[in-house]
Amino acid sequence: MNFERIKEKLNILADAAKYDVSCASSGSTRTNKNKGLGNATRMGICHSYTEDGRCVSLLKILLTNHCIYDCAYCVSRRSNDIKRAGFKIQEVVDLTINFYRRNYIEGLFLSSGIFKSPDHTMERLVRVAKKLREEENFNGYIHLKSIPGCSDELMYEAGLYADRLSVNIEIPTISGLKLLAPEKEHQDFTKPMRKVKNEIVRYHNERKLIRSTPKYAPAGQSTQMIVGATGETDKDIMYSATYYYKTYSMKRVYYSGYVPVLEDSRLPSLTAKVPMLRENRLYQTDWLLRFYGFAVNELLNNAHPNLDVDVDPKLSWALRNLHHFPVDINKADKRMLARVPGLGMQSVGKILSARRFRKLNWDHLKKMGVALNRAKYFMVCDSRHWERRDLDADKIKGLILQNSSGKFRNQYSQQLSLFNQ
Amino acid sequence: MKNATMDSQLQGNDKKTTLIYDGSFNGFLTAVFIAFEEKLNVADIQKNGQAQNGLFSENETIFTHVDKAKRVWNGVRAKSYNAISNIYFAFLSETEGVERLLFEYIQKLMAQKGKQADFSDGTVLYISQLARKVGREKHRMEAFVRFQLTKDNIYFANIEPDFDVLPLISKHFRNRYADQQWLIYDVKRRYGIFYNLEGVEIVSLNLDKIHFNRTRKSKAFTDGEYEYQDLWNNYFKSTHIKSRINRKLHTQHIPKRYWKYLSEKKAV
Repeated sequence: MNFERIKEKLNILADAAKYDVSCASSGSTRTNKNKGLGNATRMGICHSYTEDGRCVSLLKILLTNHCIYDCAYCVSRRSNDIKRAGFKIQEVVDLTINFYRRNYIEGLFLSSGIFKSPDHTMERLVRVAKKLREEENFNGYIHLKSIPGCSDELMYEAGLYADRLSVNIEIPTISGLKLLAPEKEHQDFTKPMRKVKNEIVRYHNERKLIRSTPKYAPAGQSTQMIVGATGETDKDIMYSATYYYKTYSMKRVYYSGYVPVLEDSRLPSLTAKVPMLRENRLYQTDWLLRFYGFAVNELLNNAHPNLDVDVDPKLSWALRNLHHFPVDINKADKRMLARVPGLGMQSVGKILSARRFRKLNWDHLKKMGVALNRAKYFMVCDSRHWERRDLDADKIKGLILQNSSGKFRNQYSQQLSLFNQ
Repeated sequence: MKNATMDSQLQGNDKKTTLIYDGSFNGFLTAVFIAFEEKLNVADIQKNGQAQNGLFSENETIFTHVDKAKRVWNGVRAKSYNAISNIYFAFLSETEGVERLLFEYIQKLMAQKGKQADFSDGTVLYISQLARKVGREKHRMEAFVRFQLTKDNIYFANIEPDFDVLPLISKHFRNRYADQQWLIYDVKRRYGIFYNLEGVEIVSLNLDKIHFNRTRKSKAFTDGEYEYQDLWNNYFKSTHIKSRINRKLHTQHIPKRYWKYLSEKKAV
């Protein structure tokens, strides 16, 4: 193996792949077969973290960054003057196995620029996965990118070897896609998603009859949207995310704040800041939808097309719906407990099981780790002390902001002072 | 022995006893068994060698008895699977005085059904939080072990975990790396686990030096080893997005005390 050459390629192709935020290695239950190499852990493992704080759990690389398309938001686009490289199939296999054996990674995340044709590219990706599974008896995690526009047969084969498949729709609105990636059609993205979804359902049903049915993409599929590249609202993003969760049974939708990499009149300028706070709020909303029982139109609607910047979406919802509060922590059902700002699902679980033994007071809640600085305005418990003042939403918000700190605070307090001038 | 039992029964629960055990988990469970069987009023349960004489208590040395330990294990597990794993995890935290709290925890479990879910009880909450801490360390070690290939074809790693998690991670590594020999050595507690392609055994080594991830190469490892470390470090560097740097978050995820064993954080 020529390490110098591999190193050069790795630098180019890992650098080009890093804008894909998905690095999950969870959700698969593949076990070690015949004393081979590797298995998947249900919860996933992050083996390291980048200096921007994201998890490194997979070897995330492109097979090649040669691409026939010219999508404005992408570093690897045809018209961009950058170094190009491509891995041989065996090189990817060797790297994966050797990194895996040293416990650096959970597996492989393989994406690619599109060379020649979508099918030609997808076929190469599938061959890497097949080689790992069949020749190396590798049972670790494999995440393959579905190439937009590839055939159903290849998508079917990909699911047999991969744990997770994903297509990045990147642009949440169809009009945005037309503007930034005029050569791609919306259905190029959705066709592989539909195929994978249908196969997952089919395999799931077959397994009910025949237990030995092989696994098909056991960790499901995911997708990613770029935030802040086309002037879309938070409502546009979250409604479209909800659509993908429902229609294609997505395991995850990722939101990636647009990192300016190219000068293009259609995009924010190179000096624009990455919208990290906005990204954070979108993820919070995503969690509220998936785990806290919120419906998307409660959090975002025509009256509130964008999320609040200064408070989290749950608090923001509570402030708009004060008539639901205060909630009695010792009586309320799970659904309502989950809606109290400052209570996470962990705390909700603890409260539900602890209150079978006695009525809970402030002290109990504090020890369990409830964020009382927010929660105390929205709840009562077994204590004679509770918030008795008749506070309106603005007052509560003011009090909470006064008594807390946040890492993004300096960003929006500047924005506020701009408006006040 | 018989006399001692009779004495304690005659005198009721006034007299306090401190149980001294050998430091093993089975030893601790045996102590719990004896405390229950002899209806002792337990002042404390202490490790042999770290025992302090209480002013108003008598010491009793416990001899580890696997069958007795098993009965306690099975008894607690019959009450709740969650509870027995909490007890084991919290025990491995090696926190000072944890034995006394665990004994109290077991007493409470036996007295009331479902007690392990009562998070309004100080002891129950504390033990479950302690178990969680150890669980977190276990998960970290599953992530932060970095094997280096020796010339004897053994994948070797040394670690220095906050808690004694080797017994907890053994299964994970055995299931995952079933086709390679590996050895994980706890530098702080001076023992390791070695997988010889058949099973895992506990080993003690005479390491002349700890294999930090130094830039200077050790002769113990293969040449290819350093090439792969180099590739990995390169890969790690190219995953950073410069416009998003957040060092605080970075160190929150990988606290600095682990850096010396991570090849990607190699001091250059």
